[in-house]
Amino acid sequence: MAEPLDDYIDALSKALALPVEEAWRPAVRANLEVSLRLARLVDEFALPDETEPAPIFTA
Amino acid sequence: MTTKPEMTAAEIARAVASRKMSALDATEAALARIEQHDGILNSFTDVTADRARAKARAVDADIAAGKDVGSLAGVPFAVKNLFDVAALPTRAGSKINRDRAPASRDATLIERMEAAGAVLVGALNMGEYAYDFTGENVHDGPSRNPHDTTRMTGGSSGGSGSAVGGALVPIALGSDTNGSIRVPSSFCGIFGLKPTYGRLSRARSFPFVASLDHLGPFARSVADLALAYDVMQGEDADDSACTTRGLEPTLPLIANPVSDLRIAIAGGYFQKNVFPEAVEAVGRVAKALGATKVVDIPEAARARAAAYVISTTEGASLHLDRLRQRANDFDPAVRDRLIAGAMVPAALVDRAQKFRRWYRAQLAEIFKSVDVLLAPATPCTAPKLGQVNFNLDGVELPVRANIGIHTQPISFIGLPVVAVPVPLEPLPIGVQIIAAPWREDIALRVAYALEKMGVAAAPAPRGL
Repeated sequence: MAEPLDDYIDALSKALALPVEEAWRPAVRANLEVSLRLARLVDEFALPDETEPAPIFTA
Repeated sequence: MTTKPEMTAAEIARAVASRKMSALDATEAALARIEQHDGILNSFTDVTADRARAKARAVDADIAAGKDVGSLAGVPFAVKNLFDVAALPTRAGSKINRDRAPASRDATLIERMEAAGAVLVGALNMGEYAYDFTGENVHDGPSRNPHDTTRMTGGSSGGSGSAVGGALVPIALGSDTNGSIRVPSSFCGIFGLKPTYGRLSRARSFPFVASLDHLGPFARSVADLALAYDVMQGEDADDSACTTRGLEPTLPLIANPVSDLRIAIAGGYFQKNVFPEAVEAVGRVAKALGATKVVDIPEAARARAAAYVISTTEGASLHLDRLRQRANDFDPAVRDRLIAGAMVPAALVDRAQKFRRWYRAQLAEIFKSVDVLLAPATPCTAPKLGQVNFNLDGVELPVRANIGIHTQPISFIGLPVVAVPVPLEPLPIGVQIIAAPWREDIALRVAYALEKMGVAAAPAPRGL
């Protein structure tokens, strides 16, 4: 049975020209679930619109 | 004068400079110890014996000619194999990078160590592309813990932890993106310094996450850590993130008293998901320093999550072409994490970078009333090699995902940290001494005080 993220993985695999072999799919899916869960944790935190990103940390 | 494995870098340098020992003797002693023990420890991937002997002879010749040879004269050291070493391909723990052309020039930090008289003896094992907390490598085999060779070194600078913990060399260099200096320091029972982000040049080292990558030293004493750190400071046009601040030597400051410092224990998140040994280690350090105040660092769990998201996505971007072209040559665990990282929506990554700005401001506020924060370096002592889960308070948790939970929220905003080893039985464990940006001197001063009190110490390797 297809897992909820499988369609997303297939679409991104095509869009990125990044092959995902069937044997790797369960581990890729499990890792993506963790990444998205942690990303959502950050996403839930409300920040002012004016907040600047800090891609390079300057002390 | 004969060499002993437990000689510190400072002792070796003094003996060499005063001609009680030659640099060549110090180098031969390190090479012999590597030959004797590295079959078990598996910390080295390359031993640069010819180069080391040539450098040692040059140091001895300079001493004979009365020239200044620097503060690390004749001190053997080794580097994680993501540092460029002239004439070696920079493998960064991978199979793929072995096909690279040999490096034409050493990394900046190697050049600075050797300019101070140190002698490079080799390159060290590491987790593939530094995306690792275990020290296990599918291509080169695991580096092994010098106190119990059935256990992990921690990673990703596993060979650095093993080589210094096993007293093969007094100083090693490594990298720390999310904890890769502090975790092996903890498991291998040694001192490690992750400086402020941007403090030490990363020029000619293989990257992982550009906005989180730091380089730094490991040693068996705080003075050695300061000695190495001081000679590596300085701006470098070859690393765009490297600071233009002037040199700020720490060695002359480490013995200053700590009684005027405001030291607090990191609470909340940093007191959860820890084994009793981590609680014991932080407690001993806090007691020795008279620290009783507990400070809650807000949203540390979210900071750890944001660091994870930034790491997996920036790492995926770095390796995208290799994932397309040579996916089967990766460690499968690294490959599958990176492929997933490539699929995280950009808007969520941007949110993580914005959160970073907010979180940095919270810590800046805390450091107005506190000079030092104490936190565990790892939640536990070194797990068994290959161990998948550990049981904490009746809950099974994955080892890999939880080793770095206390280091990630700190490196996320680039704070300087000295990991100090607390020599518990049967295995050591580290505590993070965290200071405000650019205050490595304070973290080193506290570490030195703990060493003098006997609370922090690098135990002799028990597994050899």
